This record gives sequence, structure tokens and C-alpha cells, in this order.
Amino acid sequence: MSTAAVDLFEVSKSYNDRVVVDALSFTVSPGECFGLLGPNGAGKSTLARLILGVASPDAGKICVLGEPVPTRARLARRGIGVVPQSDNLDLQLTVRENLLVFGRYFAMSATEVKAVTPSLLEFARLENKADARVGQLSGGMKRRLTLARALINDPQLLVLDEPTTGLDPHGRHLIWERLRSLLARGKTILLTTHFMEEAERLCDRLCVLEHGRKIAEGRPHALIEQQIGCQVIEIYGGNPHELLPLVRPQVQRAEVSGETLFCYVRDPEQVRVRLANRTDLRLLQRPPNLEDVFLRLTGREMKD
Amino acid sequence: MWQRFAPALPANPWNWIAVWRRNFLVWRKVALASILGNLAEPMSSLFGLGFGLGMIIGGVEGTSYISFLAAGMVATSAMVSATFETIYAAYARMQTNCTWEAVLCTPLTLGDIVLGEVAWAASKALLAGTAITIVAVALGYAEWSSIPYALPAIALTGVTFASLAMVVSALAPSHDYFIFYQSLILTPMMYLSGAIFPMSQLPGSFQRIAAFLPLTHSVDLIRPAMLGRPVDSLGLHVGALCIYAAFPFLVSAALLRQRLMR
Repeated sequence: MSTAAVDLFEVSKSYNDRVVVDALSFTVSPGECFGLLGPNGAGKSTLARLILGVASPDAGKICVLGEPVPTRARLARRGIGVVPQSDNLDLQLTVRENLLVFGRYFAMSATEVKAVTPSLLEFARLENKADARVGQLSGGMKRRLTLARALINDPQLLVLDEPTTGLDPHGRHLIWERLRSLLARGKTILLTTHFMEEAERLCDRLCVLEHGRKIAEGRPHALIEQQIGCQVIEIYGGNPHELLPLVRPQVQRAEVSGETLFCYVRDPEQVRVRLANRTDLRLLQRPPNLEDVFLRLTGREMKD
Repeated sequence: MWQRFAPALPANPWNWIAVWRRNFLVWRKVALASILGNLAEPMSSLFGLGFGLGMIIGGVEGTSYISFLAAGMVATSAMVSATFETIYAAYARMQTNCTWEAVLCTPLTLGDIVLGEVAWAASKALLAGTAITIVAVALGYAEWSSIPYALPAIALTGVTFASLAMVVSALAPSHDYFIFYQSLILTPMMYLSGAIFPMSQLPGSFQRIAAFLPLTHSVDLIRPAMLGRPVDSLGLHVGALCIYAAFPFLVSAALLRQRLMR
């Protein structure tokens, strides 16, 4: 038995000849936040389903919380909390009732659920909404309730499938703050996301996916340093293909994506001087991020 | 092979209760409207046909037509309640509201969910069938003493038709397809099974088909119970209904595993 929270070895999964997960291996250690980062269709949600034992791999081995999955997934799921990509709360029930119903699935008695409800409501900042119908809550509140619901069984491992997709920036920051408090409590988090910022802020380690394959793995800042290691200037407003030869001598590397030219430069000032007479252009200088890593590795942007 | 099919089976004999209680909690909020909605149709059939046609027909099989029809309506309403709960409400929980998806992320198995849904649909069938039985008894169309015998038969009818409907739910690409099950299977079955008129009125070949229909077995259990008569071939009818309940349950669980756990 492995001591890892999640251990995947050479896992593959296809749907109708379309390979969704391709011989993927990774390990999530207890207490860390591990991110699966990739664009839509990279296989992130399928991976979450495989880890939960809701889908079976075509090949490879999965072990979650010491249990082989999917054969003993039911036992592994006792120690897992799940936030699915889209909310599947019971809209006709109140906030409190949603927690009660979910606690029963984990064989908790009404008394046991009642005992943990106040702390979960406080965690989700829903103390004043305990008896409101879920249908009346805002998107951010529903998301927080889904997170609170995932904690009903006091899980060791949280599997979060795009936990902040569809939230406004305020709601997103609130979720991030809540997730950090869970990490501080020693929970292990496996997070899928296509938000670079989310991955950079929360994850100890990342696995960058494209078409079900791992294209990079490591600590976010190490990945950025390794793959980029210099400043970035984004140039908009002109034809990026015409601009490219103009700046080429000054830059380490350049990529065109859509109408933007991404220049990776040690000395940004040189590029500015070179384009000083082009008042039609807008230049944005910034430190490199995971978006650049993805662009470098795949030749395209992850934003969609 | 067995390990692949295991998630489609109930994990233990009690997990399903959590699913049943979830449905009960939601239903409790709309209980009155739900009961009225479920009873209005069989009641109007009972009185409309019972009084209207009863006047013309007179007696059937040694009893008044409305007494004869009451048992048919009890069996039919149990069939319809269990079916509708499964093909509309349970299907929505599976397909539209993703309630099942949430439960699949807990220690419950798909089999636990299916069993909980079948038990819930059977409970609603029992409620509908019992309500009509009580009305029939109160108006003198059935014996008080018949109730303890009728209830288990109504419950078994509910389980059977919930199970059968679960297969339909597992196969249907969308709820538009349910109308075929209603109009091509359920409605003809109601006319063939002796619920509304005695099966002896049917041509011989139809009688032979009718003998295999699950609703026929329900009617043959419920009618003698309600009229205070001994049941012929009790074991055959109970056995047939049990087969109609158990086999589709396994088939639906396997189909749903393919549908939801790919």
C-alpha cells in the first residue's frame, strides 16, 4: 500500500476511440494541494471521475487513500469530499437540509450532522442562510455550500473539479481563502482548473495537461522559472506577424497567439526603444506566469 | 467481471434508506398537492366508469361492477404511480438535476441509489393504492378485513413497476421517449389484464398473452383480497411479480452503470 493520498500509474481512458487520458502517472502527497491544469477537454474532469471510481480506467493502476480504485472506491470515498464542476445541490431543500441529506449518505445520524452543521455554515459564511432554500442562493453561496457539503464527512482528501468556474472575482477570492484555510488544517486537495491564477496561488505542485498527456509537472514557480525565466511583454494593436521580425533581434523568444505577440525578454527596455515610434501599439510588461508556460509548451493559449 | 458489476449492486441492505429519506424529505414539502394529484385520476375513473358503466352492466363475476372495478383501479393506480415516479421524477434526479451524480461521490453505490429510488416509487404506489382501497372500503365496495391482504400486494405491484420503469429510464435518451412506454405498454396492459373488465371477455390468444402480464398478476392478487375471496394460485402470482421486480432491477442497474459510470 502506498502512503500517497492519490497515486496514478500509467492510467489511460478512451471514449469511442478518443483518448482522453493517456498513460498518465502522478502522485499526490498527504497535505499538499496538487493541481491538474489544462484547457477544456484536456481530460481533467475524466481524471477526477477516475480517482473517485465513478469511471473505470482502460489501463493502469489507481490508488486513493490506500484503497485500490475502482475496486474498493466505495471505501476510499468515505474519506473524500467532492466539489463537482457544476453544482448538484438539492434546490428544493434548505441549506441545513442539504447537509443533513448528505450526511446520511455517509451513514451519519441526524444528531451527528446537527453537531457539525454550525461549524460548516460558519466555514461557508452561510450562518444567516441556514433555513433558506438553496434555489434562492446566489451562485457564490451555492458554491460555498457545495464546499461545506464536501466537508460533512471530515474528509482527508478533497477533489475539487473547477471549484471557481462561473464565479465573479469576489466569489473566487472567497473560495480561495477558504481552500487555503483547509490546507492549513492539513487537508489534501486535488484541484482541477483552467485558471492560471488559481493554480499559481493555491497549488504546491501542478501537472499541466494537454489531450490527456502530462506536458509538465512541478512547483508553479519552478515551472515558470524553468520554462520562461525572463520578463514578458505582450504587444497588441498591430499585426503580430508583421511585428515579429521587427522585435526578433531583441527578444529571447516570441510567440503569436491570436492578435497578441508575446515577447520573452531579458531586457524589456530594448523592445520598448525599438517600438518607440509605433504609437498604435499597446505594450504590457509583466512577470511570466503559467499561461506563458502553457503557451511555450503547446504553442497556444489556454484561455478560451 | 464481478468486480466491474459490483458498483451497480447495493453495497449493503440499508444504504438505500438514505436515498429514500432524501426523496421523502423533498416530497413532504408538497405532500398534499402530490396526494391530490395522484388520486384525482383513479378516483374519477372509479366513479365515472363504476357508476356510469355499472348502471348498464349490472353485476360482474358475482359482485357489482364498481366493486369489481375498484380492485382494478387500485392495481392500475399502483402501476401508474410507481411508473411515473420512476420515469419522470427519478429520471429528472438522474439526468437534469444531477442528484445521482452527487450521491455517486459518496460511499453509496449506484445499486444503492437504484434500490432507494425503486423503494421510494413503490412507497408512492402503496400510498396511492391504499388511499383508493380505503375510499372503496368506506363506500362499501370492499371489506375492511381486506386491507391487510391488499397492502402487501399493492406494495409488490409498486416494486415491480418501479423496477420495470427503471429499465425504461436507463434506456431513454430524453424524457420524450416515455410516452411510448405509456401508450404502447401501460395502457394496453391496463385493458388486457382484467383491471377494467374480466379477462374472459378477451379472445383466446389475447388471454394467453394477458396471463404473462405483470398487471394481471397484481389484479389477481388484489381483487380477491378486496372482495374477501380466497386467492387462486397465490404462489404463482407472487412469484411472477417477484421475477418481474428482480430481473429488471438487475438489468436497469447494469444499463445505468454503462450510462452513468462510463
